[in-house]
Amino acid sequence: MLYGTVTSDGTGVQGVKITATNDSGFSGEATTDAKGAWEIKTPKSGTYTVTLDEATLPDGVALTAESGNTRTVNALLGKVRIQFPTGEGTGGGASKAEQAVQLTVDGLLLGLILALAALGVSLIYGTTGLTNFAHGELVTLGALSTYFYSAVLHLPLVISAVLALISCGILGALQDKVLWKQLRRRGTGLIAMLVVSIGLGIFIRYLFLFFFGGATQQFPEFSGQEGLELGPLAITPKAIIGAIAAIIAILASIYWLLKTRMGKASRAVADNPALASASGIDVERVINVVWILGATLAALSGILVGLTSGVSWNMGQQILLLIFAAVTVGGLGTAFGALLGSIIVGLLIQLSTLVIPPELKSVGALFILIIILLVRPQGLLGRRERIG
Amino acid sequence: MPAETTAGTRKEAAVAALSTVAHTPGSKKPDPIVVVDGMVRRFGGLTAVNVDHVEIQRGAITALIGPNGAGKTTFFNLLTGFDQPDEGDWSLNGTSLKGVAPHKVARMGMVRTFQLTKALSKLTVMDNMRLGATGQSGESFWRAALPFFWSAQEKKNTERSMELLTRFKLDAKKDDFAGEMSGGQRKLLEMARALMVGPEMVMLDEPMAGVNPALTQSLLGHIKDLREQGMTVLFVEHDMDMVRDISDWVIVMGQGQVIAEGPPDTVMADQAVIDAYLGSHHDQALTESGEAFTADQPEEQA
Amino acid sequence: MDWNTIISQTITQAVGVLAVIYCLAAVGLNVHFGYTGLLNFGQSGFLAVAAYGLAVTVANIGLSFWAGIVVGIIAAILLALLLGVPTLRLRADYLAIVTIAAAEIIRLIVRSVTFREWFGGSDGITRFADSFYALNPFSGPLALGPLKFSQNDLWVVTVGWSLVALTSLLVWSLMRSPWGRVLRGIREDEDAVRSLGKNVYAYKMQSLILGGVIGALGGFVSAIAFQSVQPDTFSTDFTFFAYTILILGGAARIFGPIVGTMIFWALLVFIGEFLSEAVSAGVITFITSTQVGQIRFMLVGLGLMMLMIFRPQGIFGDRKELALDAR
Repeated sequence: MLYGTVTSDGTGVQGVKITATNDSGFSGEATTDAKGAWEIKTPKSGTYTVTLDEATLPDGVALTAESGNTRTVNALLGKVRIQFPTGEGTGGGASKAEQAVQLTVDGLLLGLILALAALGVSLIYGTTGLTNFAHGELVTLGALSTYFYSAVLHLPLVISAVLALISCGILGALQDKVLWKQLRRRGTGLIAMLVVSIGLGIFIRYLFLFFFGGATQQFPEFSGQEGLELGPLAITPKAIIGAIAAIIAILASIYWLLKTRMGKASRAVADNPALASASGIDVERVINVVWILGATLAALSGILVGLTSGVSWNMGQQILLLIFAAVTVGGLGTAFGALLGSIIVGLLIQLSTLVIPPELKSVGALFILIIILLVRPQGLLGRRERIG
Repeated sequence: MPAETTAGTRKEAAVAALSTVAHTPGSKKPDPIVVVDGMVRRFGGLTAVNVDHVEIQRGAITALIGPNGAGKTTFFNLLTGFDQPDEGDWSLNGTSLKGVAPHKVARMGMVRTFQLTKALSKLTVMDNMRLGATGQSGESFWRAALPFFWSAQEKKNTERSMELLTRFKLDAKKDDFAGEMSGGQRKLLEMARALMVGPEMVMLDEPMAGVNPALTQSLLGHIKDLREQGMTVLFVEHDMDMVRDISDWVIVMGQGQVIAEGPPDTVMADQAVIDAYLGSHHDQALTESGEAFTADQPEEQA
Repeated sequence: MDWNTIISQTITQAVGVLAVIYCLAAVGLNVHFGYTGLLNFGQSGFLAVAAYGLAVTVANIGLSFWAGIVVGIIAAILLALLLGVPTLRLRADYLAIVTIAAAEIIRLIVRSVTFREWFGGSDGITRFADSFYALNPFSGPLALGPLKFSQNDLWVVTVGWSLVALTSLLVWSLMRSPWGRVLRGIREDEDAVRSLGKNVYAYKMQSLILGGVIGALGGFVSAIAFQSVQPDTFSTDFTFFAYTILILGGAARIFGPIVGTMIFWALLVFIGEFLSEAVSAGVITFITSTQVGQIRFMLVGLGLMMLMIFRPQGIFGDRKELALDAR
């Protein structure tokens, strides 16, 4: 028996016609199902020519140049798996265990990316009560400004990234000073501020679209980097470096939270703003520092997304829900909950593709979010609230 | 419950009934309306409430006092179903309230107010009152759209609201938004609204907090009035003069436990009670009249 | 500059098909957010399940149009129950996050290749509302001064605004009843309402269902008007625009969604048409015609922010009511 799967970007391609023939006049035909899978039963061992009808491929999906649409195989014993790579080429038939290893690494990487952004969401929520729906735009801003420094000003990528982090930190502080601080002073309600953040998000997003355009762009450097093969793992050096940068940033944030005066003050503000203020902490300054940190971390997150999947005007919006899922799973307003939640959501999304189609991986993660809220409403590390 | 007792004599009846009760924590009452057994509530590592046994006498005004952080409000939340204890059982009129939702506790006759007044700001005073009435057929979704089903009942509820508002001297404000009134008036409104539920037991969480002195006497009068109408009152209060003035019995909490019980005068002379307060207020001198106890009134929320 | 087209388009679209859809969504949100204080950010999900319920029932299962409507409404009720059970006991922001997640789940599922047999993937489903148009009493298009509708659009718009009128009347009569009083009480402080013996959870659930079903009607109008359902119609931005409309017109007001819709669409279309005309006539040279659409969205975002900061009571709202909001 001959079988295989036709996929594009990890998603099965349906309705592709495959034929198999041999010298003795056998001719078998199959059409891929919803998962892109097909099989043709062969009468006996021998040499078969397998052909994929390229006209039946949907628009936008093509076989890779090296691939070609015919295979000649020796079906000597049992089943033979045949691959027709599409797009930039897909890996061969990895076992479930090997896939799981790869997906675990991918999941951890995604978790780190989410954690960077989630930490900011959580700290800002903790200190000011704001559920910031415009946080995704801070992520986009990180990637876009890096793109600006590197592709427009032609600076080296590493320097561009550092400049981007600095400028995003400054813009974060500015956003707090110009907008949120004024709203806090006016006594604007939390729900009202939430809606304001939605408006701000829409505004900034279309501002990005206005200047950047709708296409996804790559950073000028490292875009077509070759992956390293480490046993069953394939990972690009830029992903390893990105992960190390993320881990350093997260460890530094944890150190800041636990060991520095300002970090401790931020936890005190999150715990009880009135008490913190009464005990001599400059609450507004703490909040401003939290904004700088949150915006910088979000920018780093955006740079990492940009490195792996390119830069686009709505990249932040696309991961915003996952960030919220991570924060909620961990417990709203708890920094360590946000970290834990991010890793869980990242792993869950990638590993879920072992059993569900990759296109639905976010559905799985969001569904788990709802289940966790059912079982443990305060999140994994959250505290239950007192009434009265 | 002896309904034939005439107004003004309930105080004597309550005092007389409690005269034989031992002045020890957890003592048995002749006619308890609420009985609590082994109630424990923990927040993380902190045990906020750990009440072994306590009974509350029917028809009396019982004060619940104790230093800040003694667990009084948590205890209130647990009794009224707004929070659930980790262990223990408690009952109202012999019916267990364990796991009963707060709105059902209210319907069973135990109605509470809150430390930070919860007047519904963007509803008028009259709407606040009418909201308190129970068994309204107009509150059912299927009948709500057709006034025919509920207008007669609404009229009756409005009349009853008006009577209560008049009693609480809020009748002139009936069409104002509740949010426009002063803190003290909102306290009065909250109490009047609680009465619309038709409670058997009224639970007042710091009824005097943030009330200006001019209204204090009238509020005190209203609380005493509740007893005269046959209701049981349990209230949390910091103002010792007020406690002495209106309560028939005092329960003292410290660090989540009941540490003393008795009539007001006896309790205030109790060494355990003084120690409990001193434990949290080293810097305050205790006067003989106990006035220093008034120091920790919470600030009023605007 | 063709001012006739600009004005005609502005007036027609202010009461057009899209306006009806957004208006029904906003009437539903008014029940949720305006009267009950529920932060439902998944309103597009309610429209989606209704629209797809109708389309799938008629086009794929082969039942009648009316069976499709029933299926759509049942789907909206089920969605409300599904969302409400885990979240209505939690704080407001949890409902916001879960509803937005649920709307995304629905969108991702209906656009997936995996379920293409059922929902048609990103192309959606088309042609399932012929029996609705068969009932069309109008015999020709409408051209009333600047107001121009095709024969079919005229029928959709007539039915649509009738639905808006009926639902608004229903919401009005409910909100003046004791039932509505409980909802408004919950919006102010749900613990207080609980302490008065009301089952807050049940009321919130009823509110979620009512507002969701009203939104579902918007989903039907959308499906019918275009004879097509497409997943990306029901994005989270749709919900955010409906919120903008509601806040513009004034939340917790019966006419809020209607007034908000008309102003929102009139402004949006006017600005869009004006800029497009100006660009094509060479009056404005520094932007392209695709950027005109982006400017419109930027203005929506900016408008939502400014409204919420400076006039949260809506443009015709009463400042006195706002002043009560101490926080």
